[in-house]
Amino acid sequence: MEKNVQKTDEQELLTVSSGEMFQPYDWSVGKFGSKFLHELKENKRLIGSKCPKCNRVFIPPRKVCGQCFAAMDEFVPVSDEGEVYVCAIIQFGFVDPETGKQRPVPYGYAFIKLDGADTCLTHFVDSVDPEKFKVGARVKAVFEDERRGNLMDIKHFELL
Amino acid sequence: MGKKVAVVGFGQTKGRSSRKDVNGVELINEAVVAALADAELTIDDIDAIVIGNMDHFEGINYVDSWSVEGSGGVMKPIFKVTTGGTTGTTVAMCAYYHVASGMFDRVLAIGWEKNSESDTTGAIITAFDPVWERPNLGGAIAGLALEASKYMTNYGVTERDGARVAVRERLHALNNPYAHLHQEWMKGLAVDQLVDLLVTSEQNQVLAFPLRMSDMCPRTDGSAAVIFASEDVAEKIAPVPAWVHATANRHNFSLAGDVDMDRNTTMAAASKAVFEKAGIKEPLKEIDVCELYMPYSYAGLKWMEDFGFCAYGEGPKLLWDGVTDMDGELPVNPSGGVMSSNAIGATALIRVGEAAIQVMGKAGTRQVQRDVNLAFATGFGGCYWADVMLLGKKKPA
Repeated sequence: MEKNVQKTDEQELLTVSSGEMFQPYDWSVGKFGSKFLHELKENKRLIGSKCPKCNRVFIPPRKVCGQCFAAMDEFVPVSDEGEVYVCAIIQFGFVDPETGKQRPVPYGYAFIKLDGADTCLTHFVDSVDPEKFKVGARVKAVFEDERRGNLMDIKHFELL
Repeated sequence: MGKKVAVVGFGQTKGRSSRKDVNGVELINEAVVAALADAELTIDDIDAIVIGNMDHFEGINYVDSWSVEGSGGVMKPIFKVTTGGTTGTTVAMCAYYHVASGMFDRVLAIGWEKNSESDTTGAIITAFDPVWERPNLGGAIAGLALEASKYMTNYGVTERDGARVAVRERLHALNNPYAHLHQEWMKGLAVDQLVDLLVTSEQNQVLAFPLRMSDMCPRTDGSAAVIFASEDVAEKIAPVPAWVHATANRHNFSLAGDVDMDRNTTMAAASKAVFEKAGIKEPLKEIDVCELYMPYSYAGLKWMEDFGFCAYGEGPKLLWDGVTDMDGELPVNPSGGVMSSNAIGATALIRVGEAAIQVMGKAGTRQVQRDVNLAFATGFGGCYWADVMLLGKKKPA
């Protein structure tokens, strides 16, 4: 543990470091999430769940429609193509707190309304050109060659 | 429905980027001592305490027990409430409910944050789903840039419109001795000139278009405390108590991708519920002053619409017409707001305190110069949830 010392005229003001921490969590994804990730990994296909009351299609699929408080059990296909709903081009250095890796400067990030879904998937977009990468732009998922059953089996979305 | 409740005291520390002279417990104590002094009460007069900060920020949980010596909570009923950016208003609502229940007469609400000790992004990211959101989340700034992108596309809002909000907040802060940012260089310059400077300055770095450094809030160390009292004792404590007329909060989504980025539905629903309860039909006319939780400049445009102060797309007009300036029809953030001072766990509570002192006539150099009957305070959380509280000079019926 390092000590950081700041001197003032009156007295040394100290801080104490938390040091390097490792967080070993394994989160259960559940049946709905597992089906989605399995489909993503094995078949490069996306699915959503449909609410029997409001008919909204949720991606990622989940057990409960929050607005209706109703259980969902119907899975529907969702396209790997869609439209940028909202977007941002991040122009400052950003270190991913989960991995410790710095993202490229700049990089693109968007909420994507995929055809067939009523909620957005949040993901990277591989463009930083504000003339082309903007609200309403059409995008398509690009999959990793090696997939692990993880949201990042989609590498990013590319502009069409 | 329950007892009538009023704010009878408010204390806060001056926001600074780093308070190395105190630990968190001592920082909390400063606000508590100030609030008690303001109300001319002692800690023995306090029946219960509600305390909160951004969960996890400083890597400390159980803040209720950890800080008990500083908060004055030793051997008192104490509740921890933490709801992200809305923490301060949720703490205020919880304290209000304690008193309204009739079971506690004087309740102390405390909010605090030592941002200088926190891993802000690392902590914020824990508010998001580890499987579906964290792998590509861009942090707070990216999230706000997303909203701005849609707002600009929908209504042709410009960078100058956003900068106009920043100028208002920072000019107002110059009147507030407790605000973190005091941008003295702005004094004496015309609003148009200041807006031009902000949008053209190369030093004013673009973080994620349209957001520049000047559009964002600072990271602040600070604490605040507000004392709520029941109708049985409030008027004996404060000559002009600030009565709680109505309060509401609304949360909505589970995942970020579910959020409606065109309309802030939680904010709209919460303020609608409060206006209905208080019988307010024309908020812009009937409310005298606002302290709104606005962590970035475009919120100062779009959320005015979501709250119901103007029609959708009309936010910029309110700003440029001077409606929200100190001498306008509806002054917003006489304190300088979140963009001038942001000790996150305290920030929303400070909105309540600042709204209260406007009603009480105790706002000093930042007091709006008119009869303040109704003051509107809000909290906001980065996952798009909303708290709203309406305070008034007249005791509710």
